[in-house]
Amino acid sequence: MQGEKLGVVGSPVVASWAMSEFLRSYLVVFWFGLIALLLASLLLGISVLIRPSNPTREKLLTYESGVDPVGEGWSQSQIRYYVFALLFVVFDVEAVFIFPWATQLERYAGFGLVEMGVFVGVLLLGLVYAWRKGVLRWV
Amino acid sequence: MNALLAADLPYWVQSLLRVLGGLVAVLLPAGTIVYLFLFKMMSFMQSRLGPMEAGPYGSMQLFAEVGKWLQKEDITPARADRTIFKIAPLVVLASTFLLVAVVPFGPDAWFTNFEAGVFYMLAVSSVSVLGILIAGWSSANKYSLLGGLRAAGQLIAYELPMVLAVIGVIIQAGTMNLQGIVVAQNGGEIFGWNGLGNPYILTQFTGFIIFMIAVQAELTQTPFDMPIAESELVSGYMTEYSGFRFLTFFIAEFATAGVFSLIASVLFLGGWGVPFAWFDWKSIDDISDWMNVVGPLIMFTKMMVLAFVIMWVRFSYPRFREDQLQRFAWKVLIPISLVNIMITAILKVAF
Repeated sequence: MQGEKLGVVGSPVVASWAMSEFLRSYLVVFWFGLIALLLASLLLGISVLIRPSNPTREKLLTYESGVDPVGEGWSQSQIRYYVFALLFVVFDVEAVFIFPWATQLERYAGFGLVEMGVFVGVLLLGLVYAWRKGVLRWV
Repeated sequence: MNALLAADLPYWVQSLLRVLGGLVAVLLPAGTIVYLFLFKMMSFMQSRLGPMEAGPYGSMQLFAEVGKWLQKEDITPARADRTIFKIAPLVVLASTFLLVAVVPFGPDAWFTNFEAGVFYMLAVSSVSVLGILIAGWSSANKYSLLGGLRAAGQLIAYELPMVLAVIGVIIQAGTMNLQGIVVAQNGGEIFGWNGLGNPYILTQFTGFIIFMIAVQAELTQTPFDMPIAESELVSGYMTEYSGFRFLTFFIAEFATAGVFSLIASVLFLGGWGVPFAWFDWKSIDDISDWMNVVGPLIMFTKMMVLAFVIMWVRFSYPRFREDQLQRFAWKVLIPISLVNIMITAILKVAF
């Protein structure tokens, strides 16, 4: 791959070239997002031309099993997974730390293994604590 | 670098080819899955024929469906948050396209070759739930709101097992580049025997099962389809959608099923490659150019097998209850996947 030249030469010209190569691969991501929007817009545009548009008051009512809607649609609901959300953030951040370690495990060998054993052990302890506290129930 | 495309084509032609390739890579699996599995396989499993009128064995049914949905009236409820309501299906569809951008289809046939491809994949895979959440919220409908919240709760629970299951693969491959993972599998060996390479489904079977369960949950396919539970919530976050916007959700759902199958086959089944020992290839540079043509076909075959499994489970199992879903994720999948990581790491260091 061309990007490897960065480590060999390291001159600013090559560096900027490698940088643009890096950004270009993310430009592909942008194109892909754009084509998704274009495809959907194209089909929706065709649809606008051939579909009927005949809104009536009843049609625009919020659907609620055939009866007139009661109260606001944006009703307050109990957010049961508040604790789950907190736990999720904790575990997700920990997972981000595990990834770089996983790619370099061959180099770290036994030392890295012990380190990660402690890390995952603490993580598991946290889960066990939450479990014992009874927050892993969907009440 | 991309030998097929980059040789002498200007950048805009490359981009155009990539984008066209991306369209094919999203729409072809989606169409095949919907026709073969959703129309035909489900019908046969339920002792009926399924669509038979449009074309031979109903094979033109998809085009008939698109034509039908294009003519449907597009209703936006008076109380809905109009702009967000209209954007939500596009967000869900866009996330599918962003996800396919990272899948490699051959030694040179890739769209993007990120060093941290697995990170990108995991990050983008949760964008669709954002679309589902805003769809549920903006509809101003109680069913939709509940469906959207359930979808968010499900994402939170099943994102983690998926992330942790992938770590086992990364430990074995030693790289986060998806192309590198494919090469590591096909160039690998099992106890010195390299006739099969080392597809990680053999060594990471636990991880594979956890990954597929999490995929099932992220796709909201049936054992995990509480967000669109029709017997409780009408159709959840899609209740207020009609016409082509509804179809956009539908297409995105099955296109994402296809893309996740592609990613699972890259991570666990060896991706586009054949075992390198068959042709005496040593590294990715030795691979013959014809793999760029055969590779996508191999990927498509593996994708169909995995999509079959996803749909098979979908048609076979009854729906979980919401508390069962959370309990299963937190008390079964996450502990198992953490233990799996440690065992994999110990074995990797030991051998």
